[in-house]
Amino acid sequence: MAKVHVTTSVNGEEREVLCEPHQSLLDVLRDELGMTGTKEGCATGDCGACSVLIDGRLVCSCLMLGVEAEGVDITTIEGIANGSELHVLQRKFLEHAALQCGICTPGFIVAAKALLDTNPDPDETTIRYWLAGNLCRCTGYDKIVRAVQDAAQELAYEA
Amino acid sequence: MAEAHDYKAIGTSPVRPDGVDKVTGRANFGADLNLPNMLHGKVLRSPHAHARIRSVDVSRALEMDGVYAAISGADFPSGAEGDIQGEGGGTVSDLAQNIVARDKALYHGHPVAAVAAKTPYIAERALDLIEVDYEVLPPVLDVDEAMADGATLINENLHTNGDTSQPASNVAGITKFERGDVDEAFAEADLIVEGEYRTPTAHQGYIEPHACTATYSEEGKATIWCCTQGHFDVRSLTASVLGVSVGDLKVIPSEIGGGFGGKTVIYLEPLAVKLSEVSGRPVKMVMSREEVFRATGPTSATHSRVKVGAKKDGTITAASAWIAYEAGAFPGAPVGPGCMAIFAPYDLPNFRVEGFDVLVNKPKVAAYRAPGAPQAMYAMESAVDDLARELDMDPIDLRLMNAADEGTQAPYGPTFPPIGIRDCLQAAKAHPNYTTPKGEGVGRGIAAGFWFNIGMQSSAEVRLSEDGTVTVVEGNPDIGGTRASMCLMAAETLGVPYETVRAHVGDTESTGFCNVTGGSRTTFATGMAVVQACEDIIAQCKQRAAATWDIDADQVDWTDGEAVPQPGVNVDVQPLSLADIAGNAGRTGGPILGRASLNAQGAGASFSVNMADVTVDRETGKVDVVNFTAIQDAGTAIHRAYVEGQMQGGAVQGLGWALNEEYVYDANGEMENAGFLDYRVPVTSDMPMIDTHIVEVPNPSHPYGVRGVGETPIVAPLSVAANAVRDALGFRIPDLPLSPPNVLAAIDDREGA
Repeated sequence: MAKVHVTTSVNGEEREVLCEPHQSLLDVLRDELGMTGTKEGCATGDCGACSVLIDGRLVCSCLMLGVEAEGVDITTIEGIANGSELHVLQRKFLEHAALQCGICTPGFIVAAKALLDTNPDPDETTIRYWLAGNLCRCTGYDKIVRAVQDAAQELAYEA
Repeated sequence: MAEAHDYKAIGTSPVRPDGVDKVTGRANFGADLNLPNMLHGKVLRSPHAHARIRSVDVSRALEMDGVYAAISGADFPSGAEGDIQGEGGGTVSDLAQNIVARDKALYHGHPVAAVAAKTPYIAERALDLIEVDYEVLPPVLDVDEAMADGATLINENLHTNGDTSQPASNVAGITKFERGDVDEAFAEADLIVEGEYRTPTAHQGYIEPHACTATYSEEGKATIWCCTQGHFDVRSLTASVLGVSVGDLKVIPSEIGGGFGGKTVIYLEPLAVKLSEVSGRPVKMVMSREEVFRATGPTSATHSRVKVGAKKDGTITAASAWIAYEAGAFPGAPVGPGCMAIFAPYDLPNFRVEGFDVLVNKPKVAAYRAPGAPQAMYAMESAVDDLARELDMDPIDLRLMNAADEGTQAPYGPTFPPIGIRDCLQAAKAHPNYTTPKGEGVGRGIAAGFWFNIGMQSSAEVRLSEDGTVTVVEGNPDIGGTRASMCLMAAETLGVPYETVRAHVGDTESTGFCNVTGGSRTTFATGMAVVQACEDIIAQCKQRAAATWDIDADQVDWTDGEAVPQPGVNVDVQPLSLADIAGNAGRTGGPILGRASLNAQGAGASFSVNMADVTVDRETGKVDVVNFTAIQDAGTAIHRAYVEGQMQGGAVQGLGWALNEEYVYDANGEMENAGFLDYRVPVTSDMPMIDTHIVEVPNPSHPYGVRGVGETPIVAPLSVAANAVRDALGFRIPDLPLSPPNVLAAIDDREGA
């Protein structure tokens, strides 16, 4: 099967990639572009570990084909920090001990960023329902929710 | 209580040393390694739960373009003997047959063959070309069926407790123990409560699927990168399956995306090494989520009966338990620990326990957080709840009246040193979530939990850099913040700031032997090794200082990270800091390196008391958790936030087990819900905040009082949820999970709908 040439933007940088028509965006990111920060937990869209932003919208990269990335802007966990300065969500996840094993963390941070980008002042219920597509088996979610609440508060204070 | 101590580092909650890598996507997990020229391996799995394998032919797969190796059971040594040296136990032969079936497939998903190809896609296609001739046999799918007279035998050569004078059986072993005169004590009881309970097959549900990459070299040695709770165990288990020396294997642990016991065993590693050997190229293997459900992990489903007798005043006179555990396809259910844990919170003069290790055609069970205890204690804590109702007593008062204490002989033998069950019960009784009256329609449940915790073997090195910064090297994969705990204990011992200490998890060739990250042992046992290695550093630093000052080493004290002459020693010198001594090490004897290796004794039992308020929707059967309170004795909390995190995570994992999670099988033994959509673990919107209260009754056997905290948290939530639902509904549903369809069916049944 002929590979397909795809031009896309990953974290603000134009990238060209040859991908198999059957490859998911997740596989293209991880295997073709070497960006392994985005994780696979299920490959069926149930766990959110592979969360990325496509033109600012939260997407499970395992449910999108690589060839569909032509011309879009992709944001992955590797693009969340501003250079060497951590995003407030990353800082708050660390300060609140909102990760234990850390495999779900990239997906949670990307998903939480998508929330705060559109709703800077979410209440606890909104946070819990927004993040319901991201599974964490270690933390019981308590510290994750608190980290997102605290990040929202700091962003509001800065604004 | 530990508040009395004047610790500087211990008990704080700093950012973990590996944290930034984990919030930026930089940390490398099991599937993140790619090597030049690498192939991808895939496993062909049995489509039958029970079948004789007449033949396996991989030749057509090998002919496919892009396929470089295809193997089956015939490629592995047969007749492996001996027992596994490691946490899980069992035999090498069973392990080897679980890695790849030989003459029989014993569960749907049992590996039968494997291929390595240029891409994962080609490897998948090649699996379709492997020809396997099966003689399908009837599957045995639960303990009742397996223990029934005339049951289909899963292993015709298996005899209960190895007694070949008896006919072959699906019951691999029976564990019994007893104290006092149980029958007499039941006869003396004023009332007796009895219950019969079931728990489902459930999975650890770690978010990271199993993954490994292996490369075999021409000199007959192999390197394995994998996500594991214990790379030294991966080395020994893989060596035993391959029939090679542990010296031929090097295992490098990646970061690990959850394990909960399920990554203390091996699945892919011997296949990857063999595929690499055959192909001459590195081979990476990553399981799909479906494979994880079908062929790894689960914990035992159980069927149990419990009986408790008491006096009118609440004194428990006797208890007995009968518990059958599913082992999966090979012996090895956690019967022993479950039977030893069931009565642990109580001071019981008379009890009897009987446990059964029962084969069924399901995946071989693996350790799951406090293996065996949640199922057993679910039964007992439900019965104790019923007893409190019968007696019209407060369930905490009833437990306090019968609780074990320092000096009590534990049901499993030893006499308890200081333990925290009473402190936990008292903390629960005083907690606002208990003293606040429950709302309208709310059910409240309470239960106790327990885990032994273990010690076992650990090694640690502490290295002093030339500027006085410190590197801790040990061999326990960091599954939930143990690097931070090691750094805190090292900083406390050395008297230096936490920020100057880094921790590194070494591979099998760069650090000394460590047993698995499991049994809640890492902060206890490996922490003890780190503390001793730091004491070794301090002893050396005192010698260096003494040499510098021209006095004896025993005239030097180590205070707040500095060498100082002891009071009364008449020298006019300035204190020497760790940095001073490290910077001068080249002139005082060379680099400074501390080390320790030990087999840690005196693991401290950890008790918990949990409680929850729930509501039950009688229209749908859905249970909502309104609040949850986890109270647990940590001994000493080294990193407070990560101790809380263990308690919160275990609570939610236990609630998932209680309220929704179960393997659903069809009549042929195929799991029908092998994905996260249908095997539904708790999600953020299912849960409230989880309130925690850390009790600290220091363990006298650890330099800082650590007990270990990882496993106890999952034990109580099963019965907490069930007792709360009992309270809300007015009747007990004894079989888990209390999922909407099961609860609705029970309500309809009760109301005659």
